[in-house]
Amino acid sequence: MSILTAILILLALAAIFGIILGFAAVYFKVDEDPVVDQIDNILPQTQCGQCSYPGCKPYAEAIANGDEINKCPPGGESTIHALAELLGRDFVPLDEDHGEEKDKRVALIREAECIGCTKCIQACPVDAILGAAKQMHTVIAQECTGCDLCLEPCPVDCIDMVPVQTTTNEWRWNLPGTADSTHHSLIASDHDPRTVKENTEASA
Amino acid sequence: MSEYLLILVSTILVNNFVLVQFLGLCPFMGVSNKLDTAWGMSLATTFVLTLSSVCSYLVYTYLLIPTGLEYLKTISFILVIAVMVQFTEMVIRKVSPVLHRVLGIFLPLITTNCAVLGVALLNLNKDNNFVESLFYGFGAAIGFSVVLILFSAMRERINNADVPGPFKGSAIGMITAGLMALAFMGFTGLTQV
Repeated sequence: MSILTAILILLALAAIFGIILGFAAVYFKVDEDPVVDQIDNILPQTQCGQCSYPGCKPYAEAIANGDEINKCPPGGESTIHALAELLGRDFVPLDEDHGEEKDKRVALIREAECIGCTKCIQACPVDAILGAAKQMHTVIAQECTGCDLCLEPCPVDCIDMVPVQTTTNEWRWNLPGTADSTHHSLIASDHDPRTVKENTEASA
Repeated sequence: MSEYLLILVSTILVNNFVLVQFLGLCPFMGVSNKLDTAWGMSLATTFVLTLSSVCSYLVYTYLLIPTGLEYLKTISFILVIAVMVQFTEMVIRKVSPVLHRVLGIFLPLITTNCAVLGVALLNLNKDNNFVESLFYGFGAAIGFSVVLILFSAMRERINNADVPGPFKGSAIGMITAGLMALAFMGFTGLTQV
């Protein structure tokens, strides 16, 4: 008899704790979505804010919560294709309200005109501008994502956005298919000069 | 009030769970390699130890004694501790994702910390009441934290020291722990609890 009560008591205890944990799991539920990270990986990480979100990660969260996938001008069509494939949605053309897709560009400071105000340094989301107060600033071209955010704060308008020069490391064959708009395996964050270099070396 | 203070001093220094009663040695040796992780482990253990001490007291007093099932205390305390740890993890994950990231795998590891079960069982041996159990668990947790943090700070220094070859790694860690235990023996006689 006492064994029966012991078993019952233990079962009751376990059941109570199970219920508590079950309710806690519902009440303290955290919406951690692995899909946010996947979306974030596809986005170009320019942190430019043209999508009207403060950065790429917030936009990734917004997409996961159902926002449109066509608000990223730096990523362009290839990013929208990759997102559509990941999320199983239909392809939609880039939303013109958020800007147009441009070729990859980098900021260039006309150094003779720079007054060293550090305002562009504070605006740069990826810390690609080097300089100190009342010293000339310069842009680290490899780090620059071409987001245009430094143009506006500059009081003397000495920053230009210049197209990236095609170097021997970046140049690739204009094969049929790569220029095709349906080709979307390449996304903006794939612009890794090293892999391109390996490819060209392998083909040479 | 002074008796609660006595309990705290007793559990933190005189009867320190790690260095005098030798409970919870696995996290003491295992997570003391870096000061940061030691802090995280201390925080989590403090929370769980205090809560589980109180909860196991409640379970024992209001469930096991009325039904005459005192012999079930060990298994039911293990149940309480496991639930407590799981619950803590959920709460921390919701309330502070940053802290959750810092603590990481150390949270579930607390389940296997024998100091947690030790506190729950020692509460019964000492006939502690509710508030005394609370202070006993909290004091034990603070004692564990103090020793763990001190030890990990020492180990960080020792890693940079020129230790003779045969003593490198865990060996010098064990010796250091032994010396620390010796030092804590010096607190014996400070209080009689």
